[in-house]
Amino acid sequence: MRLALPERWSVQRIVQILLAALLLFVIFKGASATLSEGKFTAAAWKSLIVTGLALGGLYALIAMGYTLVYGILFIINFAHGEVFMSGALSTFFVARALNDSGFLNDQPVLSIGILLLFSMLVSTTIAVLLERIAYRPLRGSPRLVPLITAIGASLFLQNTFRGMFGAKVRAYPQIELLKGTVDIFGFVVGKSQLLVIAGAALLVVGLFFFIDRTKTGRAMRAVGEDKEIASLMGIDVDRVIVTTFAIGGMLAGAAGVLWAINFKQVDFFMGFVPGIKAFTAAVLGGIGNVVGAALGGLILGLLEAVAPALLLTGYDVPSPNQLKDVIAFSVLVFVLIFKPGGILGSDEPEKV
Amino acid sequence: MRKPKWFSLVALLFVLSLVAAACADDDDGDGGNGEGAAATCDADEFGCVEVADGDAIQLGTLLVITGENASLGLDSQYGSQIAVDMYGEVAGHSVELVNEDDGCAPEGGTSGARNLVSNEQVVAVIGTSCSSAGEPAAQITSDAGVVMVSPSNTAPSLTDPATHQPFYLRTAHNDKIQGAAMAQFVGEELGLTTAATIHDGSPYAEQLQAVFADTFTGEYGGEITGTEAITVGDTDMSGALTSVAAASPEFLYFPVFVAEGGLLAAQGRETAGLEDTLFGGADGMLTQDWVDAAGAANAEGTYLSGPDLAFGGDFYEAEFLPAYEDAYGEPSSVFHAHAFDAATMVLDAIAEVGIEEDGSLFIPRTALKDALFATTDYEGITGILTCDENGDCNPGATISVSEVVDGAFERIWP
Repeated sequence: MRLALPERWSVQRIVQILLAALLLFVIFKGASATLSEGKFTAAAWKSLIVTGLALGGLYALIAMGYTLVYGILFIINFAHGEVFMSGALSTFFVARALNDSGFLNDQPVLSIGILLLFSMLVSTTIAVLLERIAYRPLRGSPRLVPLITAIGASLFLQNTFRGMFGAKVRAYPQIELLKGTVDIFGFVVGKSQLLVIAGAALLVVGLFFFIDRTKTGRAMRAVGEDKEIASLMGIDVDRVIVTTFAIGGMLAGAAGVLWAINFKQVDFFMGFVPGIKAFTAAVLGGIGNVVGAALGGLILGLLEAVAPALLLTGYDVPSPNQLKDVIAFSVLVFVLIFKPGGILGSDEPEKV
Repeated sequence: MRKPKWFSLVALLFVLSLVAAACADDDDGDGGNGEGAAATCDADEFGCVEVADGDAIQLGTLLVITGENASLGLDSQYGSQIAVDMYGEVAGHSVELVNEDDGCAPEGGTSGARNLVSNEQVVAVIGTSCSSAGEPAAQITSDAGVVMVSPSNTAPSLTDPATHQPFYLRTAHNDKIQGAAMAQFVGEELGLTTAATIHDGSPYAEQLQAVFADTFTGEYGGEITGTEAITVGDTDMSGALTSVAAASPEFLYFPVFVAEGGLLAAQGRETAGLEDTLFGGADGMLTQDWVDAAGAANAEGTYLSGPDLAFGGDFYEAEFLPAYEDAYGEPSSVFHAHAFDAATMVLDAIAEVGIEEDGSLFIPRTALKDALFATTDYEGITGILTCDENGDCNPGATISVSEVVDGAFERIWP
């Protein structure tokens, strides 16, 4: 066995190197063919990049919820997409009321603040309730159990919201202030995109500081290291876990409003796909790692926006945008082949 | 994991009793009493539906009745219900609808069709709403010998000789008509020369934009500057929009459904290069729900094609609509009349081929299908219907174009 091991490694290495070379070749050829075709102007590329940044920022915000909970409890909260949806969908009714009364456009900044606060409140409540009702009673059970519960909770929340608000797709009220574009270093950025990017960046940086500098943040890291020892050191583990869910919920709630402002539509099912994508982003960056989740979100968003046009147009693929999920998930697969723990994760094999 | 032994014994007994029950059921049904009916039923490839004395005739519906496209399917379901209510009894039997959901997707069409054909009392199916659901559903119902008439499938492939399923018909227009009409509207009426299209990969949208593109370039000398596709369930449309915007077309045609259509209209208004582009869609979006999904401001000025509801004859205005509005309020979509015609055609055919014996009604399945395919010069609400061998019953269908004005649809052409 001892002798066979290095040999097996080397074969794996060779396959990986060949694969990497092939990949780089395919990417390079596709991209250069696309660029020489000249279908897209520089302005179009820039606008795709901005779109990708906005989408990536939103993914990053949602991904925080997955990665924080995983970092502390080692469970994957698959109902997190619904936490995001609950904020966005319930805030729609506030936004509509504000819009009908004219307040939304008279006091746009204040309105956005109200919407964000309300959405964060709803999402935080849902996230904390989830922890209390669905996960806490199962703490200490095998890891598959909370995973299945999470899926059940996700379906429950989806259908509750469908029951309460109907299955209709609704256009989110638009704020006049956010119409139009601004020019930043030659990039034409929609004002709503600017709000999304700036808001997401601010919240993510805020979260870094919170975890890095505050007492609660330190307690969270301690609980993530070892729950028992943390509790021996006088940390209230339950409290820290609730705080973690609350922070994840808050960020998801903020993401909900920003998502609705950016994409202009809400419905009860809107949390499913972003939930999966954000989870992907968390895994891509290295689940459990907060910086990784932010990075993973950005990479995923940029890939989805730019990669179909950049890589596939050159190969004359008829409608490249239908394949954007294929590209995004292929990248996930390849990253995990080369770095099983994700970009910033530890490479130690994780027992699930 | 120590379970008492008796637990597995009970489980085994339970399974065995299920198997026994399933086997026992097979003995009923084939009994076919009565000589005349028995001979016809035996001769029919798929046998007969036997409606016992006092039982209702069951008509299945397979329409999209939940989710964001429910306005499309519910409208057809209500139209079918009005037809059944107005028709009264058929050969001494009342009629009831068995409603299934097609989900506007292949999965829904498949499971809904399977549910309906597994119920031996279902004589015929009114459905599906969406062509994507229609493709698998037509196959399943045809394999089981259950005739299916769609009030709103419009994809050309469903009645194309190469892909047509033998028990499938439709009262809706074929998109060869709708796509060509839209191309005529854009090329002649609006006088535009460049257009781009976006579809969602569904047979309906993909084929409709293809017919539009062919006619627009072939007959009206227009140019298609780009064809893009999105995926159903996508939220971010910027990739496809940026791609078609590269050529700044005068017209952007996206004949998709409610949710994606709303996103395309809303995000398209902000895409650089589409500032002066006129938007257009088709009957999958011709519902107030789409205006709500896009936002009235974004929907404003969009041209949507659909069946022309200015039908000849007074029945529609004087009797059908009042009955419909009494029961269900304003129609939410545009295929209620097609559903009415489909259901009435089926009930007529049942009355024609059904054999009454000792109070029971025997309906031979193949004969029912043949009677429907033999429909000629049938005076329906939607026009004079004549079914061809591929199941197209409404060759004379006319298309109108509506424009969104102040958040409501206004018929502007022809």
